[in-house]
Amino acid sequence: MITLGDYLVVSAILFTIGFAGVMLRRNLIVIFMSLELMLNAANLSLVAFSRFRVGANGLPDYNAQVLVFFVITVAAAEVAVGLALLVALYRARQTTDVADITSLKF
Amino acid sequence: MSPFLFWIFAVLTVTFGAAVVLNRNPVASALSLVVSFLGLSALFMSLDAFFVGIIQVLVYAGAVMVLFLFIIMLLDIHVEERRRINWVAAVGGTGVAVILLVQICVVIGHFQSARRIFPPLATSTTDDVWHIGRLLFNNYNLPFQIIGVLVLVATIGVVLLSRREPR
Repeated sequence: MITLGDYLVVSAILFTIGFAGVMLRRNLIVIFMSLELMLNAANLSLVAFSRFRVGANGLPDYNAQVLVFFVITVAAAEVAVGLALLVALYRARQTTDVADITSLKF
Repeated sequence: MSPFLFWIFAVLTVTFGAAVVLNRNPVASALSLVVSFLGLSALFMSLDAFFVGIIQVLVYAGAVMVLFLFIIMLLDIHVEERRRINWVAAVGGTGVAVILLVQICVVIGHFQSARRIFPPLATSTTDDVWHIGRLLFNNYNLPFQIIGVLVLVATIGVVLLSRREPR
């Protein structure tokens, strides 16, 4: 049977993939996509814990699913603002590569 | 919660998640992300979270990915040219990611509840929208309205940011 740990391991692998994407990729759009991947990995473990914690009434713990709802909403807002920043950056610098943005580099 | 279906969708999600990072073409990355999110939505539904699974498809595979593809199209980004790979950074980044994965897996291994299977539900619940909605409008009414303000501020911010500077 599938245990809670299986879902947590899938969530951990997905989070690590997103983390590696943020560390390794140079394209800002792909970095954004990796951020989304990390947020969704956290959502997966939240939903798994929600299903694992069945209350006395025989229902999952819906508090976690409300938190997932909030995370998805905030992530959608974050993507909209982030992509608008990306477009503004592209207008100013004609690049989406983090290696070309060195104004703050020491 | 069939184990067979769980492994299919878990492998699908992780494989296409890796494809997001490994593809050099941003359009291919975005389309891989759509497939990964669809697999994740199936995993949510295997956990009896139908509402979360549906909004995952609607918000991510629908709205967010259209936004990503639209921006890629707008900026007209092609396959990024092959730069000289900074091997120190690449090995260091991969190493940190692997260390993180090992650490999380060790924590899960020491977590006693992780070896237990999911307890059965009283009934097959398909009315989770009702339960989530009730929580959202009673216990979490204030955060819900704050989220509304946040989305409004984000909308105004996006309009302001993408406005062309008057010369």
